[in-house]
Amino acid sequence: MTDEIGRPSVAVWKFASCDGCQLSLLSAEDELLTIAGQIHIAYFLEATREVADGPYDISLVEGSITTPADAERIRRVREVSTTLITIGACATAGGIQALRNFSDMEAFRSLVYAEPRYIDALAESTAIAEHVPVDLELRGCPIETSQLVEVINAILAGRKPVTPTHSVCVECKLQGNVCVTVADGTPCLGPVTQAGCNARCPAFRRGCYGCFGPAESPNTASLASWLTDELAVEHPELVRLFRTFNADAPAFRTQSRRHEPDREEVAT
Amino acid sequence: MSHSHDRTISVEALARVEGEGAMHVEVADGHVERVELRIYEPPRFFEAMLRGRDYTEPPDITARICGICPVAYQLSAINALESVCGVDTPDGPAMPDGIRQLRRLLYCGEWIESHVLHVFLLHAPDFLGYQGAIEMAADHRELVEMALRLRKAGNTLLEVIGGRAIHPINVRLGGFHRAPTPAGLEALIPELQWGREAAVETTRLVAGFTFPELTQDHAFVALRPDIDTLPPGATGYPLEGGRLVSTTGIDAPITAWPDHLHEEQVPHSTALHGRMRSGETYLVGPAARLALNLDRLPDDLAALAEEVGCTAPVTNPFRSIIVRALETVYAFDEALRLIAAYDRPEPAAIAVPPVAGVGHGATEAPRGILYHRYGLAEDGTITDATIVPPTSQNQPAIEEDLEGFVQQHLHLDDDDLQWQCEQAIRNYDPCISCSTHFLDLTVTRR
Repeated sequence: MTDEIGRPSVAVWKFASCDGCQLSLLSAEDELLTIAGQIHIAYFLEATREVADGPYDISLVEGSITTPADAERIRRVREVSTTLITIGACATAGGIQALRNFSDMEAFRSLVYAEPRYIDALAESTAIAEHVPVDLELRGCPIETSQLVEVINAILAGRKPVTPTHSVCVECKLQGNVCVTVADGTPCLGPVTQAGCNARCPAFRRGCYGCFGPAESPNTASLASWLTDELAVEHPELVRLFRTFNADAPAFRTQSRRHEPDREEVAT
Repeated sequence: MSHSHDRTISVEALARVEGEGAMHVEVADGHVERVELRIYEPPRFFEAMLRGRDYTEPPDITARICGICPVAYQLSAINALESVCGVDTPDGPAMPDGIRQLRRLLYCGEWIESHVLHVFLLHAPDFLGYQGAIEMAADHRELVEMALRLRKAGNTLLEVIGGRAIHPINVRLGGFHRAPTPAGLEALIPELQWGREAAVETTRLVAGFTFPELTQDHAFVALRPDIDTLPPGATGYPLEGGRLVSTTGIDAPITAWPDHLHEEQVPHSTALHGRMRSGETYLVGPAARLALNLDRLPDDLAALAEEVGCTAPVTNPFRSIIVRALETVYAFDEALRLIAAYDRPEPAAIAVPPVAGVGHGATEAPRGILYHRYGLAEDGTITDATIVPPTSQNQPAIEEDLEGFVQQHLHLDDDDLQWQCEQAIRNYDPCISCSTHFLDLTVTRR
């Protein structure tokens, strides 16, 4: 709820994650104190012990759902939030921990823990939107601070936030980067990955590895066959390429499954 | 209730720590019976996820264990992987000194960013009596502004070298994708010079805080670079590697880690607990590093350490904030030294072909030693991965501190005791996201 001086309340929630996306808010060094003056930070455990009761105008949710307790907690967060925004690859696609979705969970548990029975974990790591309605998703592993500031500004101004859904390729062209795939033969997910990072990797002569997840209408099948035909990228590299920080985003998941050796019968 | 002999103090979700933890303390008949630092951060099974991946991937994948210290993960992974592949052995590829120095410079950025976050935004509010930094800013705006500017200096160094402050994209096995230009680094000098002086001011400021009484005789474990491996001009305070040393007499190469240290599982935590093979608990982090590497500070910093009372081992954990500030000065100093000596490595990376075998690697993350071990197949596929983060090593010692602290401070009412217990946990800058494989405070007074 807005406070006595009319500022909207903001809560920051953490599920399975690395803390990097909520840290992006503290990393807005130039804007943080100004933002903090415009909003009422009602719940942000990483920053303060002060906890104000809900409901909250805006909830920023970091992390994926990986335990039965968290599957319950996210429902309660939804109930006390007017606008729920997921921040980062874990919250929007299950994150790197969604690699378990492609494996045998029991084997995972016993590989890491001597007494697996103490560990209460779900077989899959899932995005927040698979559990509750989400009002806005911010992509990235991690999110870009500038996009988070844009979203907060937009909400304060009552307008729609500007977050592009085109591909990283567009950002490379805007920046005048030489194409790493064409010029260097480096496999790059830029053609199918959503913009937002300003093409950081290609600017460092590295192929994009998909931090922002699939762009709008990504032609992952075409990119995969091109990589195989032109650069001889095959199993297991092709599977690994699509299966990292947004492994369980539908377009990337489908593509990586197609290139598993025992899945060749899957229609393309 | 608050002054009865039997009580329980419980904090279900600790604030100002990285990740999800809780605390539970039970007091019966005026004696602390049970102390648990519960870590309920959901496990993410990184060691299992790494099996079957390519040996070039751990720097990017393990960075995602922690958004506060990704460089620590990247460089510990690289140390272990390059060690499997025989880098710098007679038959293996030689790592150019320029790449090593650039890695150290990158790490300085992370120490600055992480230490400043903890000193000002997470820990200082406890000493100054605020719930958090935002509340603290209302009365101490210039202090918070200085903190944000200091953090920005560290983050900018990470951006320029690493391509991104959180989860840098430019770090790879063998070196970097693209080395920064000398001009790109030189542009950072004025802000780093300001930061160095601001960090000195910070060190004096935090040394003047009032510290709760607590003396703990923990064994300290840290890295210590071999003096023969240091380039000219370097004093060799540990960051990106070194030998494993301790106040209990360990002095061994990192390959001997499993002979000296191990992890065990406890029911109340998703983090494994570190112990010495002898069963003793131990501490890693700023106080351990300084106690074991005091002679590795440049003269002016050694003088500052003496001025703020840190030349004898820091046995009051609440005083660790001073060491963290002192190390921040070191990180600025070292960054300025490395930039002045920068010779852009060309190429930015060497080829590191895969070799079957097992390799160990460790670096000094801001919170203490981070150890990685990998097993590789001949084609570079990862067959086995073990990661030991600093907070899981410190967790048993943190519980010992809580027990000692609560026993000596039973006269405090529940609210004050709870807050100071939380502060005692924050003394170690615990990173719970890291240690899960990893924290829950309840104090029960019965």
